[in-house]
Amino acid sequence: MKAIEPHLPVLPVLIPLFGALFSAFFRRGASAWLVALVATWLAAAVSCWLLAKALATGMPISYQLGGWAVPWGIEYRVDVLNGFVGALVTTIGAVIMPYARRSVAHEIDQHVQAWFYTMYLLCMTGLLGITLTGDAFNVFVFLEVSSLSTYVLIAMGRHRRAVLAAYQYLIVGTIGATFYVIGIGLLYLVTGSLNLADISARLATAPPEFARPVVTALGFLTIGICLKLALFPLHVWLPNAYAYAPSVATVFLAATATKVAVYLLLRFFFTVFGAGIGLASVPIPELLFVFSIAAMFIASFSAAFENNAKRMLAYSSIAQIGYITLGIALANQSGLTGSIVHLLNHAIMKATLFMALGAVAFRLGVVQISDLAGLGRKMPVTMATFVVAGLGIIGVPGTAGFISKWHLALGALEKGMWPLVFAIVSSSLIALVYIGRVVEVAYFREPAAAANKAHDPPISMLAPMLLLAAATIWFGLDTRASVGIAAEGAKVLLGGLK
Amino acid sequence: MIPAPAPETLLFLALALPLCCALLLPFFHRSPNLRETVTLTFATLLAFTVWSLVPAILAGARPELSLARFSPGLEIAFKVEPLGMLFALVAGSLWLVNSIYSIGYMRGNDEPRQTTFYVCFAAAIAATMGIAFSKNVISLFLFYEVLTLSTYPLVTHKGTPQAMRAGRVYIGILLGTSILLFLPAIIVTWYFAGTLDFTVGGILAGKTDAGMLALLLALYVFGIGKAALMPFHFWLPAAMVAPTPVSALLHAVAVVKAGVFTVLKVIVYVFGIETLSNSGSADWLVWAAGSTVIIASLVALRQDNLKKRLAYSTISQLSYVVLAAAILTPISAIGAAMHIAAHAVAKITLFFAAGSIYTAAHKTEISELDGIGRRMPWTMTAFAVGALGMIGLPPTAGFFGKWFLLQGAMETGQWMTLCIVLVSTVLNAAYFLPIVFRAFFVAEPAARSQGDGQDGGHGEAPVPIVIALTTTAAATVLLFLFPGVPFALASMMIGR
Repeated sequence: MKAIEPHLPVLPVLIPLFGALFSAFFRRGASAWLVALVATWLAAAVSCWLLAKALATGMPISYQLGGWAVPWGIEYRVDVLNGFVGALVTTIGAVIMPYARRSVAHEIDQHVQAWFYTMYLLCMTGLLGITLTGDAFNVFVFLEVSSLSTYVLIAMGRHRRAVLAAYQYLIVGTIGATFYVIGIGLLYLVTGSLNLADISARLATAPPEFARPVVTALGFLTIGICLKLALFPLHVWLPNAYAYAPSVATVFLAATATKVAVYLLLRFFFTVFGAGIGLASVPIPELLFVFSIAAMFIASFSAAFENNAKRMLAYSSIAQIGYITLGIALANQSGLTGSIVHLLNHAIMKATLFMALGAVAFRLGVVQISDLAGLGRKMPVTMATFVVAGLGIIGVPGTAGFISKWHLALGALEKGMWPLVFAIVSSSLIALVYIGRVVEVAYFREPAAAANKAHDPPISMLAPMLLLAAATIWFGLDTRASVGIAAEGAKVLLGGLK
Repeated sequence: MIPAPAPETLLFLALALPLCCALLLPFFHRSPNLRETVTLTFATLLAFTVWSLVPAILAGARPELSLARFSPGLEIAFKVEPLGMLFALVAGSLWLVNSIYSIGYMRGNDEPRQTTFYVCFAAAIAATMGIAFSKNVISLFLFYEVLTLSTYPLVTHKGTPQAMRAGRVYIGILLGTSILLFLPAIIVTWYFAGTLDFTVGGILAGKTDAGMLALLLALYVFGIGKAALMPFHFWLPAAMVAPTPVSALLHAVAVVKAGVFTVLKVIVYVFGIETLSNSGSADWLVWAAGSTVIIASLVALRQDNLKKRLAYSTISQLSYVVLAAAILTPISAIGAAMHIAAHAVAKITLFFAAGSIYTAAHKTEISELDGIGRRMPWTMTAFAVGALGMIGLPPTAGFFGKWFLLQGAMETGQWMTLCIVLVSTVLNAAYFLPIVFRAFFVAEPAARSQGDGQDGGHGEAPVPIVIALTTTAAATVLLFLFPGVPFALASMMIGR
């Protein structure tokens, strides 16, 4: 243990990377799955250890890759915030794994199953790299690793449109990555550094005539990252990508990919630009407010009118991202706590919902809302987890979703923005409509002929769903861990503003 | 002698028993007799538990229990205080009676999915106990929502399109008002007061101005949709599509009383009677509640469906409680608490009677009830007692609530309130007495009295039903003769 500990910050990236390499050698899906299972659980254990260490030391843990000194070498820099996001990504990734075997075997052709796990692990590598690195260009590299593997994951979907959805995402994702690089280039121009902490320090002392390139960089970076996190109106790629990707890929992407992009946005806004020059002239918070509220309402309405259950949940994700960016716009302790804790809460709830739909797809092969008729009785456990997580999305007290909204609303009050409180609660009500639609169909309609023989999926698929549904309730009642860490993370971010 | 268990233990039991019952019931899915035994056992235990908690509370004990820390400074916690004790007493005791009734009703009508029914019922009672014993607003809100969610499957029990529509209205209004108005009110209270604990004298004194208090009060009383203050009352008539035991215990006692109980608690323990009366922020509430009392009575007058008429009567009677609280005198607050108990036993009797008629004679409309009193003497006598309770005549428990309410109104010289109560009493009589008259004094139509029609030849309802409705009718009278316990608890609430 002592020998590993100094290398802890980089291990969560290396484990899935080597797992991906290793699993690529297998032809059989089951063997590749075993590799992925071991890699994800190992990564999860290491990430949680890393988070615990970051919490215990209270200072960022710095790791110099290959022993090259900062700021020339690549630095991995882990504090409470990215330790938390890393633990979130790996834990969700690991919990999905037992579920994945049957679902992947059912949905993906025999000869590419091993590739699926390779891509899954690569995607995880990319996301963890973005999260844990302290180097702006290294972020770009991992951004591409995660994006390219995501395109492949989506394209593996059964439906022919999956390829189109992947292509659509490829175009948008490439634009996003390009914008990101342009932004980094401008920052490099001003500061001569690629290390995030170093850039931040240099921006603070940069002469005022550099204000224009800095603001331009902020613009490029914001748009580039917001494309990845699907902030309204840059969200158009997301519904199709989620709807046509294989179930397991959807669960993983919905729970983690956008969360990592949100983390990146937080890092740039607060840590890098927090002390920057000339930013008072840019109405970033105002713009974020507008787009967040638009996301909360417009995407929720789109969800309420959607007939494909997976797309419905995808629109719901866009709305929920609106909540997260709303907290970023508030930029105070309560608001940011709400945002960060919602990264976790939304990941849990949305993973549960998509897993439940994946279970339906496993039994029926379709996920139109009308196909769910009568499943309340035919697949009782599956639909019960759906209802629990759905209540979380609505924000019913006693579920995780309520906690996030509570802190966001408190943040709005602290800013004196009263109407926002009502915006937050009233958009929850639209969630009641779209979740309610599914509940009514599932519990009150007679099952169709195809659904008559359906029953709950095997225990390997049920267990992760039940675990996450229980977590939805747990994090709604006992918030010491979740809110505690989120509050610490918010403090770290706000510390960067001074 | 076994030493009496500590009040904390009893509090824990009162919360845990119905929950355990809900968790156990699915295992007895295949043997209905065993399943009903489980329900009855747990209901008996719960009634026993809440009653044994009373002496300790009257002696001044305030047992507490903390479940989870919710957020810094906020926790899911319980604390027994007199008003909650009274509410728990009413709901806990009536669950037992109602379970006996349910057995007769559900079997008599061959209702489907009975296990689901009993499970949701027990869960609803667990939520009710949670509401009654909540230590702070946030815990109360949690159980308030759980109560809504656990009763939704009961409202939609029939599974028909009509039941589904009713379910939509039910969950839409109850969840909608609570999330849209009640929750912001809680957040704002937390923001100003820094605490959400129910405290004697309130927590908002001196924390904000009169205008904000009025706004907050509006958010609370309309946000607590279960109190059925107009215009958020539609869910209650809609919920009548549920099986009658649900209408009886939940939509005459547990759910609606949870609503007015919450309103009362918020007014007494969050705002504080003095804070509100000094600021004058609650004056409008007298009007809102008063007009609900009158309008709902007028609507009730026009209903031919018996359960619908009872539902509108409930809306009207609930606003008595809100009205009594809005007068903001200690004596009227006692009246409000007394009325919660009195209306509960009387209204459950009326619903029991309605269900009894449906089970025995398959009749739902008032116009069909001519002469039914001769076939079902027990049922209709109980109905008459319940009707007297609604009107507020001695010797029924309904008398006290109105008495204290009027006393409070006279103390503060609110003659308008006085008029409202008098007019509505007349209206109560006008929509209940004709039913009693019809049942006993109008002759049965000739076609039916021969006993060869499809619904002819019926007699009294099954025995469990008769036992249940006789018990509650007796309780309506006994509560008039021995009002000691509720009165003592109500007086303790305002610190006398």
